[in-house]
Amino acid sequence: MISIGFFAYFAFAIVVLSLLVITRRNPVHSVLWMLLLFFHIAGLYLMLNAEFMAAIQVIVYAGGILVLFLFVVLLMNLREEMTISKYTGYGLTGFTFALGLFVVVFMALRSFVAAPPGQYTVDLIQKETHIKILGKLLYTQFLYPFEIASLILLVAIIGAIVLAKRRLKS
Amino acid sequence: MMVPLSWYMVLSLAVFTIGMMGFLSRKNVIIMFMSIELMLNAVNINLISLSHYLQDLRGHILAFFVIAVAAAEAAIGLAIVIALFRNKATAHVDEINEMKG
Repeated sequence: MISIGFFAYFAFAIVVLSLLVITRRNPVHSVLWMLLLFFHIAGLYLMLNAEFMAAIQVIVYAGGILVLFLFVVLLMNLREEMTISKYTGYGLTGFTFALGLFVVVFMALRSFVAAPPGQYTVDLIQKETHIKILGKLLYTQFLYPFEIASLILLVAIIGAIVLAKRRLKS
Repeated sequence: MMVPLSWYMVLSLAVFTIGMMGFLSRKNVIIMFMSIELMLNAVNINLISLSHYLQDLRGHILAFFVIAVAAAEAAIGLAIVIALFRNKATAHVDEINEMKG
């Protein structure tokens, strides 16, 4: 009963906060609502027994990505932003497509059949701790994807420097 | 009493739809990037709830990689926004029409 109450609160807050993120006129307000949204999503992960994912949700998203967004928002001209329309001329089309996607996937969800459960039960994860099991899996079974992820981050570092660097006029 | 899995999936679907709506209708390119982050978070909610209910950790691993890719995407995307802002002095997608698309 209490878990349903928690889920109801988190689900309501997540939907309302994501609507606030995409409808605010001021991008700074959007970023701050998104910060609150990420904390709520981390709370949802805690309900699902994923402590490590909740931690990196807060550290990487709220601590890293949103700060990056705030830096870029502050480079923009906010006075002009306050006076013009928020939406492009295709707002209604976007709304229709998104609603259509919602209906189609919602219908598809009704025929969802769950696979047979695997070996990592909640008791096992609580006994072994989540980080330990995740680390073992990452360094054995998923070692190559893990290395590829590090390569993606390297490409992102170099790409960001190359793109944002001011070209010298010679 | 446990929360059914389908509730989590509907929540994730709702957040994904809202992100898609924002991406297709907003003018500001930074809000469009935030909508992409919203969609990636919706996918993460789905992956982690499925992984909890199917008692398998592959969903967590996949969500981990999604977060890594989201960080890379945010860095590169915002670098593109900065380069765009330097060349065009605008962050509105309807004013970027050199390619006549």
